[in-house]
Amino acid sequence: MNLLSKNIFISLILALIPAACFADWELNLPRGVTPFSQDIYDLHMYVLWIVCAIGVVVFGAMFYSIFVHRKSRGAKAANWHHSTKVEVLWTVIPFAILIAVAVPATKSLIMMEDVSNADMTIKVTGYQWKWHYDYIGEDVSFYSTIHKDSNIARQRGAELDPFDVDHYLRDVDNYLVVPTNKKIRFLTTAGDVIHAWWVPALGWKRDAIPGFINESWALIQEPGVYRGQCAELCGKDHGFMPIVVEAVPEADYLAWIAKKTEEKALVINDSKALDQMNSIVLTEAKKINSGE
Amino acid sequence: MNASQKKANSKTVRFLLFATVLMFGFGYSLVPLYDVFCEITGLNGKTGRIVSADVGSKELYDDRLVEVEFVTSVSADLPWDFEPTVEKMLVRPGVETRADFIVKNNANYTLVGNAVPSVAPNAAAKFFNKTECFCFTKQSLEPDQILTMPVLFVVDPDLPQEVKLLTLGYTFFEALDVASVD
Amino acid sequence: MSEVATHHHDDHHGAHATGIMRWLTTTNHKDIGTLYLLFSLVMFFIGGTMAMIIRLELFQPGLQFVDPQFYNSMVTMHALIMIFGAVMPAWTGFANWMIPMMIGAPDMALPRLNNWSFWILPFAFTMLLSTLFMPGGAPAGGWTMYPPLVLQTGDAFPFLIFAVHFMGASSIAGAINVVATVFNMRAPGMTLMKLPLFVWTWIITGFLLIASIPVLAGAVTMLLTDKFFGTAFFSAAGGGDPVMFQHIFWFFGHPEVYILILPAFGIVSAIIPTFARKPLFGYSSMVYATGAIAFLSFIVWAHHMFTVGMPLAGELFFMYTTVLIAVPTGVKVFNWVATMWQSSMTFETPMLFALGFVILFTIGGFSGLMLGVTPVDFQYHDTYFVVAHFHYVLVTGAVFALMAGAYFWMPKWTGHMYNETLAKWHFWLSVISVNVLFFPQHFLGLAGMPRRIPDYAVQFADFNMVSSIGGLGYGISQILFVIIVVKCIRGGEKATDEVWEGAQGLEWTLSSPPPYHSFTEAPDPESITGGHR
Repeated sequence: MNLLSKNIFISLILALIPAACFADWELNLPRGVTPFSQDIYDLHMYVLWIVCAIGVVVFGAMFYSIFVHRKSRGAKAANWHHSTKVEVLWTVIPFAILIAVAVPATKSLIMMEDVSNADMTIKVTGYQWKWHYDYIGEDVSFYSTIHKDSNIARQRGAELDPFDVDHYLRDVDNYLVVPTNKKIRFLTTAGDVIHAWWVPALGWKRDAIPGFINESWALIQEPGVYRGQCAELCGKDHGFMPIVVEAVPEADYLAWIAKKTEEKALVINDSKALDQMNSIVLTEAKKINSGE
Repeated sequence: MNASQKKANSKTVRFLLFATVLMFGFGYSLVPLYDVFCEITGLNGKTGRIVSADVGSKELYDDRLVEVEFVTSVSADLPWDFEPTVEKMLVRPGVETRADFIVKNNANYTLVGNAVPSVAPNAAAKFFNKTECFCFTKQSLEPDQILTMPVLFVVDPDLPQEVKLLTLGYTFFEALDVASVD
Repeated sequence: MSEVATHHHDDHHGAHATGIMRWLTTTNHKDIGTLYLLFSLVMFFIGGTMAMIIRLELFQPGLQFVDPQFYNSMVTMHALIMIFGAVMPAWTGFANWMIPMMIGAPDMALPRLNNWSFWILPFAFTMLLSTLFMPGGAPAGGWTMYPPLVLQTGDAFPFLIFAVHFMGASSIAGAINVVATVFNMRAPGMTLMKLPLFVWTWIITGFLLIASIPVLAGAVTMLLTDKFFGTAFFSAAGGGDPVMFQHIFWFFGHPEVYILILPAFGIVSAIIPTFARKPLFGYSSMVYATGAIAFLSFIVWAHHMFTVGMPLAGELFFMYTTVLIAVPTGVKVFNWVATMWQSSMTFETPMLFALGFVILFTIGGFSGLMLGVTPVDFQYHDTYFVVAHFHYVLVTGAVFALMAGAYFWMPKWTGHMYNETLAKWHFWLSVISVNVLFFPQHFLGLAGMPRRIPDYAVQFADFNMVSSIGGLGYGISQILFVIIVVKCIRGGEKATDEVWEGAQGLEWTLSSPPPYHSFTEAPDPESITGGHR
């Protein structure tokens, strides 16, 4: 038993060291702020409890056996090795459990894949290593890259400590501002390699694949700032292309869109001659082509 | 090892090698199979095919309108502007419709690109028939050149009723020096 | 080796050569088995060193030791080396050593092919490891080699592709050999339903290898021609589709994960009855469950790619087939528990590792079931939850079973008992540290940490530190294994032929160590009792 007590001692030490240092112990999936994310949180907990229950039964039987049916306690081995009844039972019961899992899962999935009747569309394009957002039907589009403080602190041998940066690696220069309580359709695609757009609070991630567009949707019920990052290995700086979504009430959103549209017009006026010429030419060409 | 075992071994080996070669071939046959599969299911919104114009002659049995939305992207290595002239339009299924896209080369050298189409929702891709398209043909643009490119398309009247919005996405890539797949 | 002199067959075994030539030219199943196992051990430590670099970098937020590109290379190479260099050759090594002895054969069916299939491996891995010193660095696009990213690999790219080809050729040759051996070399009286389960799981693994590795070969060949010869299988710009690679890859990739775990089921099914002194419960249902798992492995591949945007019908189909795997896998676990029930157990190290396997593999199975539920997978996918899942099934699954098997048969192989005290230390240190290493990764994944990132947001700092401490502990504990193996080869208490009190099966009727050629005379058919023991 000397061995056992040593092991317990070691594991206790292991458990205590980090606990003494910090106190941020996030354990579970976030509940999220969309109907879908809450659905799958419930589904996650449901399946988790099912497997825990199975675990208790199986491991319970196993540990009972380990303690009672051991040679050192004088246990004599039986010789049976077959029982059709039992074997059928433990094939059928898991099957029934699986059906109980599959039914709610199917319901959630059907809900998730129904992208129809969206109120607005945002196109998300992944690039190495930034995101581009395009509000379809509005004259608003911009790149969103990692915030400069995070970018400084993430360098090797940086003076800036990650713990001193607000939202280290989870902050960007331009937030994706969206209205609450609107069904937003996201079109994801990419301009070089495959990326994946993921904000856990929305409940899903979706691959951004060059040359193809993928549809998904979210209806954010609570205003707030929600953070995520690229979830598909996309090269050197895969870990450094965060996503920040700011959900605001519709009125604020409309004001923001108006401001952005205005800003963009100003930028065009202020920018270098070449850029200005380019965009004017493009606008003119557009007018000619659309027959205005 | 006796003679009959040797014979049995060489038989087994021949069979298994044959299976290996067969599975290697199967790996390659997944390529056309996948295309067929995509064609049927609209997986990935693939709409490579150009169809002949008489698809539009299908009988119209309703007068519903479908919203068609155009989105454009440019790959990271291509310094081009690429936009639709109209971002959204209402289209009657069965009627041939035209949409224009404008592309501009911002580089100070000639570049060749080609555009790849994709339709969302993916399942509706097979109902989106292009009768004329600039996609998959190489577009060469001189410095600062602006080009207007049309797409003629027909939305199949068989499009499921619940689909009210179709998105046609184009991505311009720098043209690869590749043997054409199609 | 006294048997060698009396041996009169015409096989080109290398017993007459000495020194290095003996090993280079050997066609003996035990020599080749030893080579495979030692090679696998070396690779286990090379891959493990890479894992240590990964955990060191992740010890705290910020980049302290390596650049992101090198980190990605470590992640990629760690996976390739552990899968193709450590676990797969280890299983082939076990098959080489044990299958002829278990089925009453003198040697493998194809001894020369056997030599060849092993000696490809050092070349393949020298090639792969040499990429670490190339301009542009080692492959860094993940072991899954998804295009277009993998096409951005530098000079290493063709080396990666050809290394994969060579590894594949080696595995296929090994699989052909095993299947031919079992089909044609069985002793009279050794019917299929009397085969030990390790043999059964290996035949099924062999068929999985033959069916899936060529598909991988095709996929990487397409990558090669896409990069250098102007094809556009996976390039959207040329009319191809990058997602198609994922479909082809995972058509290979899912059977591959069962290639890594099925022989583990076989080993555990040999060890538990031995130390429980009771026949294996439900032998035939074990065989059928293995077959069912193998079949299902070919129709679940897309669960690795639920987030690519499949049609609803596809997502539903792959969800249903995936969760269905829980049924035959459950049957196996229940059978093991039933074998223990009303038995008379002792807990030598092989048994400890086997019990550790049953519990921890089942935990990996639980997270696997959770991952199979498509809508929730939209959250889990590509997070540390997945990393935790596959390390539970591969480290505490496959590797624990390998350790169990090594301790189980080491006395038979060397003729000496290993040091039981050290081995128990090895087990307890491993089982504690591996849980400290991987269990917190479940929490990290659920809290939102993606996999394959060199640096992370500060809210993930605590669990990463715990995990890194566990990783270091697990890494160091494995050195103990090497010490135990070396000590056992060099000497120790003499092992009896039977070795374990409850041991049954043909391999235990041979001397310890066994003669150079296992059964030059077929064993007495009466002594073949059947796989359920």
